[in-house]
Amino acid sequence: MGGVEAQNRATALDSPNDPAPVIQLEELCRHYRMGKTLIRAVDGVTLTVQAGEFVALLGSSGSGKSSVLNLIAGLDRPTSGNVVVQQRNLAKLSREDLAKYRLHTVGMVFQSFNLIASMTLAENVELPMRFAEVVRGKRDRLASEALARVGLQGRMKHRPSELSGGEQQRAALARALINHPQLLLADEPTGNLDSRTGTEIMNMVREFNQQLGMTVIMVTHERALAERYAQRLIYLADGKLVGDESNSTAPAPNAAAPAGTDGVPR
Amino acid sequence: MKLPDLTELAVRNLRESLLRNSLTTIGISVGVASLVAMLSLGIGLQQLASRRLMKSGLFDTVVVTSRRDLRNFNREEERSGPAPGESRILDEPTRTEIERLPNVVEAYPDIRFITELRYEDKPHLTTVAALPASAKSNDAFEGVQGHFFSSDVAPEAILQKTFAEELLGRTPKPGLDETKVAELAAPLLGKELTMRYAQREGQSSAAKTAAENASNLRSEGLAGAAYSVISREQKLKIVGVADLDPESMRGPTRARVFLPLKLAESLHVMQPTDLREISRSAGGQPVYSSVSVRVKNPGKIQAVEDAIKKMGFNTFSILDASRSIQQFFKVLDVFLGIFGSLALAVAFIGIVNTLVMAILERRREIGIMKAIGASDGDVKKLFFAEAGAMGILGGIVGVALGWAIGQIINLGTNVYLKRQSFPPEHFWSVPWWLVAFAVLFSFLVSLAAGLYPAGRAARLDPVQALRYE
Repeated sequence: MGGVEAQNRATALDSPNDPAPVIQLEELCRHYRMGKTLIRAVDGVTLTVQAGEFVALLGSSGSGKSSVLNLIAGLDRPTSGNVVVQQRNLAKLSREDLAKYRLHTVGMVFQSFNLIASMTLAENVELPMRFAEVVRGKRDRLASEALARVGLQGRMKHRPSELSGGEQQRAALARALINHPQLLLADEPTGNLDSRTGTEIMNMVREFNQQLGMTVIMVTHERALAERYAQRLIYLADGKLVGDESNSTAPAPNAAAPAGTDGVPR
Repeated sequence: MKLPDLTELAVRNLRESLLRNSLTTIGISVGVASLVAMLSLGIGLQQLASRRLMKSGLFDTVVVTSRRDLRNFNREEERSGPAPGESRILDEPTRTEIERLPNVVEAYPDIRFITELRYEDKPHLTTVAALPASAKSNDAFEGVQGHFFSSDVAPEAILQKTFAEELLGRTPKPGLDETKVAELAAPLLGKELTMRYAQREGQSSAAKTAAENASNLRSEGLAGAAYSVISREQKLKIVGVADLDPESMRGPTRARVFLPLKLAESLHVMQPTDLREISRSAGGQPVYSSVSVRVKNPGKIQAVEDAIKKMGFNTFSILDASRSIQQFFKVLDVFLGIFGSLALAVAFIGIVNTLVMAILERRREIGIMKAIGASDGDVKKLFFAEAGAMGILGGIVGVALGWAIGQIINLGTNVYLKRQSFPPEHFWSVPWWLVAFAVLFSFLVSLAAGLYPAGRAARLDPVQALRYE
């Protein structure tokens, strides 16, 4: 098991006790045209995120927070500026390499869960491993382990439509973690959930941050939620960075936890 | 993504929109079926034509004629050979020379004449031809009633079926089933025919006298004429009745009564070509209007023909005829293939449409797959796999359908043929290579149809795809 773990992690840069920045945004711009008007979704954002940090991106709708997240996720390319994640400048990666980056380095969860409706939970969770060309036996085992970790071991053969929102988001979390990424990007993960299940999901995210040493970037417009879980709050308005404060109310980052030797309960 | 995963996902996706994908697949099937139906009709007709030619028993035979002879089968060849004036005579030494050529089994003169045959004192005028002993193994004489000539000089005759009917005074009524050969043979076998013929005598003269003499007296009407014709009679025993297809025999000179070759040669029957050839005859040697050359196997025909042409003669073989027939069928196949492909072209558009619809429908799904790490290539391959799966499935169903259509048409036509009292024919053929070709072709056409949708799906912007619910 340990060997497999190490193998998976070898695909990404592994720097457990390194305080070096994991994400650097330099004068990041993302402009696009809508008709005749130029929309500056992201307009000159410079930001550094350290490994193991739990960062909340706050702002009203249209502030550009989701656009920043998409740029970090490698789903979008900047108009100008750089996105450097683990010493790789995403702006300069080929489409193929960007897909590999998304596959191995990033895990994403969305407000609308984004599970594939025609697939069972187990199939949804193992889908990234199909793209990573993991053999079937290992895929099945890892998928059921991941679903067990989020408490869905009894729902493996169910389709997303047969589950509650909270269960769907837990399945999405299991999928996001299946390829052992170092980065968890969450876009309004509790936006479609009631407060109780929202808390449940956020506790899991915090667990991944603290126990797996994952760097978490969460987009939200709920200040209270951000203050409760994130160590650092970054405010965006009109595509510009307007505030960056550390949050003392949240528990201290467990950055010291070495990523390679995590004591994650399985 | 690996192929098994790709296939599994593709099949799953196809099942998700079962109705639409089934309809598209049926569209492909119909296209493939029409292609298979058209091509197997073409192939079947070609095989039928070849079988008919083969049945004639002339597939391994080359007919050699002198270039001086005006009855050239192929005038173009005259230009390539020696000038007609200096070309050679087809006589006995030439015949043996031809017989010694490699791959030649035998070369025998074509003896063929029209004469009177009496049966039960009634005269019947018909064409008589000589057959070499080797004709016994000929496919054409497979269905002979009675037996083949007991020897090459035996005074025996084999009758063609229609002549047998004539002798018995039976005329086949149209619309009725054909009379069985055995039925005709029974009263005729062992009976005697009297052949009256004109014998040629004294072949050294250059005189051009042809005397018709009804009596058995020698004609001495013209001074200096060393060439005469005597009327003679020869008794022949009917030993066989053959169900030969008169249409398949050699054109207008087809015969209805056959004699052993050596017997026919010894009779020195006056032949229509004698008057012309006699003037050039060297010494007492007979001159032949044509010589039939039997070749070891049909594959050697070309080589033998070339060798004989080099000697300065014209040649003709069934292969010459079948070559142009084959050419005709190739053109026919192309046309049938084009018509058959039209339905497949419609199916092609159907696949493109279905997959483009699938992209619109699965926009979000594609976005999700990209967000969790699918590369452009993965998405592209997935759509190709779906197109390919529809292609293979449609191809297999289509071949089965095409085969069934063929069987039904074959059956229907044979029922019609039977009513018209023709023998049933198998003019429908689905060879294995056509099955493999049709499925492969369907697969490739489907992949080609997937080209645009797959490319479009791969280029889909994940941010856009995930933006809206």
